[in-house]
Amino acid sequence: MYKYLPSTINHLILLVGLTVMVVPIWIIFASSTHSSLFINTNGLQFFLGENFKENYSTVLFKKSGFFNEITAFKMFFNSFIMATGIATLSVITSLMAAYGLVYFKIKYATFIFWLIFVTLLVPLELRVMPTFVVMSKLNLLNSFAGLIIPISASAIATFFFRQFYKSIPEELLEAAKLDGTNSWKFFIDFLIPLSKTMIAAVFIFMFVYGYNQYLWPLIMTTTEEYWTVVMGLKTMYGSISHRFAFVIMSMIPPVLIIVFLQKLFIQGIFQNK
Amino acid sequence: MKKVQFKSTYSQYFFLAPQLLILLIFLYWPIIQTFKDAFTMQDAFGFSSQFAGFDNFLFIFSDPSYLTAFKFTIMYSFIITLITGSIGLLLAVQANKVMHGKNVYKTLLIWPYAIAPAVVGVMANYFFSERYGLLHHLFNNLWGFNWYEDVFDAYIYVIIAGSWKQISANFIFFLAGLQAIQKTVIEASIIDCKSNIRRFWTITFPLLMPTTFFLIIINITYAFFDTFGIIDTTTIGAPGSETKTLVYKAYIDGFKGLDLGSAGAQSIMMMLIVLVITIFQFRYIEGKIHYN
Repeated sequence: MYKYLPSTINHLILLVGLTVMVVPIWIIFASSTHSSLFINTNGLQFFLGENFKENYSTVLFKKSGFFNEITAFKMFFNSFIMATGIATLSVITSLMAAYGLVYFKIKYATFIFWLIFVTLLVPLELRVMPTFVVMSKLNLLNSFAGLIIPISASAIATFFFRQFYKSIPEELLEAAKLDGTNSWKFFIDFLIPLSKTMIAAVFIFMFVYGYNQYLWPLIMTTTEEYWTVVMGLKTMYGSISHRFAFVIMSMIPPVLIIVFLQKLFIQGIFQNK
Repeated sequence: MKKVQFKSTYSQYFFLAPQLLILLIFLYWPIIQTFKDAFTMQDAFGFSSQFAGFDNFLFIFSDPSYLTAFKFTIMYSFIITLITGSIGLLLAVQANKVMHGKNVYKTLLIWPYAIAPAVVGVMANYFFSERYGLLHHLFNNLWGFNWYEDVFDAYIYVIIAGSWKQISANFIFFLAGLQAIQKTVIEASIIDCKSNIRRFWTITFPLLMPTTFFLIIINITYAFFDTFGIIDTTTIGAPGSETKTLVYKAYIDGFKGLDLGSAGAQSIMMMLIVLVITIFQFRYIEGKIHYN
């Protein structure tokens, strides 16, 4: 078995790693609980101050003085709608498309397969400009549909579900067919219940992916009404400790997901493989 | 594909339709537009345009700032891959060894993975600001740090900002890779080879090869695309355009400079790069590396 002697070294290396990963966030958090005046004169802080409640509630709810017309609370609301929309739309369309690809005899199957999966080669970053033009032609700028649909136009989730369906034994469909099940019933009564964990994993993966979008909301929203948290961070202004508070709050949703749904989330990223 | 399948005249299209429709309108339409832009020359106000052949491509290749962005992107992805891969591996090996506190380490080391690159950039901003920045002060005391003017200092800034969260990703995958190695293999190797270090490089590391290659692709893709949010919140390409990645430059030229022809040509060049990486991934990695 392993020797116990070097385990102190293992812990030491891990502690250095932890310091690098956790301390920067702690410093920003600790600094966000001081007044801006204090930060401006004394720099970043390692210990907590007394302005926690004041700073955080100002950032969340005060309209004037911080942003022109939007509160951070509204940005969280927008981000939440956007991320939920992206996750829902991708899960539904991908689940269906993967079913069509795996379980049906299709004419031009190879062509449709490539039509869907070649899109993995073209991330949104490579087509922002023309997508922006298309969205303005369709009159979808500054709308939730505009924030959601182009990000959901991705075959990543389809790829996950296709891999998953392929791992389901053939006998399931054979047995179902003997019982006279049609394709609709098979999808709803057999496949969806079987894919529950997979659906949850893909959903939260896509939720975090959607929440963390930066470039698309940045160019797509010209009025503040549709600003999201991650893009709002750069454009916001305000006193320094308020900005720290907003940075900390912006991390909370994805970090909570990873801490509490660790297993599912990791399963989600592993489907990437 | 399944051997047993449904034969139906219409149902399959119903299932495929929503995704195909979204892809056609919101992905293929813009892509076709990108190709159109890349082969057209537009005047500055967008009033007239004409077919330009490969002029836009010739233009970007003769443009020194494109070559700068190209070199920077290659260097940036290489260094990020190297730094985050080795630190991620080092931490994963330790976390796999310890008996106590494994889950605490795991949880605290993986959560930066969930933070958006743009948020990381904004944070890095504070640590590198002249006024409050701890890292700025540290480097400034060491050699006189000034990322506005010094290219090397700007590199340090974007490399630290870009690597930080990616260490988590490498840690997660390496740890999973290590845990997948069978205990019996490790036990057998302990009998044959006493040296910890030699055993790691001759037994464990070769078994981690699939994970390593997978992570190389993930890290390169991250450095190419996801670092957009980091560059845009830290140096904005400064000094000059020395820290612009290819994606960032295409965005600036297209969206800020309104040079659609050049931006289109740059996007197509990036698509070619992604294509090469993907082919490499499928042909080389899937073929040569054996999963157990």
